Amino acid sequence: MKLPAIPALHLPELDISWARVMAVFLKELVQMRRDRPTFAIMIAMPIMQLVLFGYAINTDPRHLPAVVEMREDGPMTRAFLASLRASSFVDIVAVARREEEAEAMLRSGRVSYIVAIPEGFERRLVRGERPQILIAADASDPVAAGGAIGAIEAVARTAFAPEFEGALAHLAREPPPYEIVVQRRYNPAGISAFNIVPALLGIILTMTMTMITSIALTREAERGTMENLLATPVRPLEVMIGKTTPYVFVGAVQVVIVLLVSSLLFQIPFTGSMLAFVIGVGLFIFANLMLGYLISTAARTQMQAMQMTFFVFMPAILLSGFMFPFRAMPDWAQAIGEALPITHFLRIVREVVLKAAGLPDIVGDLGPLALITLVLAAAALLRFRRTLD
Amino acid sequence: MSDELVIDVAGLTKSFGGRKVVDNFDLKVPRGAIYGFLGPNGSGKTTTIRMVCGLLKPESGSGRVLGLDVLSDSRRIKERVGYMTQKFSLYEDLSIRENLEFIARLYGLDRRGERVDQALADLGLAERQHQVAGKLSGGWKQRLALAACMIHEPDLLLLDEPTAGVDPKARRDFWDQIRRYSAQGVTTLVSTHYMDEAVQCDSIAYIAYGKKLLDAPTADIPGKIGLRAWRVAGRPLQQAQALLERSPGVELVARFGAEIHVCGHDGALIAAAAARASAAYPHVKIEEIEAGFEEIFIYLMAGSADNFQ
Repeated sequence: MKLPAIPALHLPELDISWARVMAVFLKELVQMRRDRPTFAIMIAMPIMQLVLFGYAINTDPRHLPAVVEMREDGPMTRAFLASLRASSFVDIVAVARREEEAEAMLRSGRVSYIVAIPEGFERRLVRGERPQILIAADASDPVAAGGAIGAIEAVARTAFAPEFEGALAHLAREPPPYEIVVQRRYNPAGISAFNIVPALLGIILTMTMTMITSIALTREAERGTMENLLATPVRPLEVMIGKTTPYVFVGAVQVVIVLLVSSLLFQIPFTGSMLAFVIGVGLFIFANLMLGYLISTAARTQMQAMQMTFFVFMPAILLSGFMFPFRAMPDWAQAIGEALPITHFLRIVREVVLKAAGLPDIVGDLGPLALITLVLAAAALLRFRRTLD
Repeated sequence: MSDELVIDVAGLTKSFGGRKVVDNFDLKVPRGAIYGFLGPNGSGKTTTIRMVCGLLKPESGSGRVLGLDVLSDSRRIKERVGYMTQKFSLYEDLSIRENLEFIARLYGLDRRGERVDQALADLGLAERQHQVAGKLSGGWKQRLALAACMIHEPDLLLLDEPTAGVDPKARRDFWDQIRRYSAQGVTTLVSTHYMDEAVQCDSIAYIAYGKKLLDAPTADIPGKIGLRAWRVAGRPLQQAQALLERSPGVELVARFGAEIHVCGHDGALIAAAAARASAAYPHVKIEEIEAGFEEIFIYLMAGSADNFQ
């Protein structure tokens, strides 16, 4: 009789040959080196992130643009203005004499604050009537709005202190002989969803539209169908229009979904002109399709196209004013931001949805957006190779 | 059209990465001809075909295709050329019918449905028209590709190794179809690796290392090359072959079943080699035969063809 053999503890899966591991390792190294663009992006990505997060992004916003509405010109108000100018919290970009002028600047997003000094301020101050200094903040971005309000109070305190001497020494008291009234415009409750949700539309469209079209030509090249396409009389512009148009409809569906969700779930009011919104969003969709199409003329594989899309997506999130106040960024970062379609779209969508803007209010951003779209489309057409060279 | 030459190009040159892939290439193809394009792998056949149909820009050279300037008029050339790529290049995720309709639209054809139906019927694809192209076998893909490049009724067909990886029956059907097109006046330039296809061509251009080395009517090719052949049979064949392969003057030794054929240009040298082989292996029979197309084809495709013009 034979006893069953006791099986030794043996895991064949762990029986590995280091020579074969080496073979796979070396093959991967060679393939990684061959794929230059992927390699370049892997190196550039951390550099870009470090620079953007380290230098461009400022979660403690300073240097936000403000307009001062001066209805009075006296020694005390001048001292206050000088202190405001010296402060690093706000940058006085203009001094307005008329209310409408200042309001228009706030609505178009050129300034984040209006600091208004009413007529007869000094006279009423001296009489002890506690005149008001009005601060109207653009609260469509609650982060940007919150920061400088406290700072302006401190600026006022230090500005007026030297004035309250001698005959006016009785004014140096608590509470101060003036009143600072803060108005949060467009989003009085400071709900961050009001800021984020409409802006998310920009992020969603940037991501999906750019990504989908970034493989438009790459896929043809990768599957070998490009050769057949090029052998027909089809023109580059025909290919571009035909390939991108289907996604305009996809984008339109996304827009409708976001609008429904933002009004039904988040109760975000739609205050502006629908026509202005449709024109803005339509142009923005085209800009992203052209950006994606441009990527697809450069990428050799679908993988590369995805990486390039992600590479342009990073600044779209960080430098556009989506996550961090645009005006608080250094000038060079703002310059990059101005070249991104999403920066202009975010302004348009916030103005129209929250600030009751109409078509004339958004022209300042429609222009650059149209220009960016044209440049991207022209670059893509120039890059499109009519031959296999 | 100048003297009914459908392709009339001269001096076509193209380099990739500093290497001349096609060097100073001339070709004249008359209307209705089936022109065979032969050469070893990597000899520049595909590059030449792509230059003729405007997919690649020649560095130098000039000429006319269908009477149109090959450098400046490539769009109008494309409208009248059917190009079948070496690798299947239609959409695998579209059905046969959808592929054909897409191509028909690109050429702006009228009576589109009718033409697609006709193309499907001509090539026996009608029952399969709703099948997705990616699921087709090699032979069916090739039929679809031919249907696609014929749908706009081109005057010139450029076929780049159209029958690679296709079974013999499908290849025969394919060639019958090409013959029918030829009878209708369609000109064909076809590159191939198969001898049975090469002999079907009216003329053959042979290219190696990017240079055209031979261009003649198919029937004249054996005479042009001037190859002489000897048949070797008997035992021990393997040893006799080894001896002959080492002998000077022997340019090609090819096995044909139970015999080998030894070829070369210098008859005296080969006769001497044969005598040595006979002396060494008395049971081996050696006799001169007429060099057939088989020997010449093998000789050409082996790429050992630098020394004739």
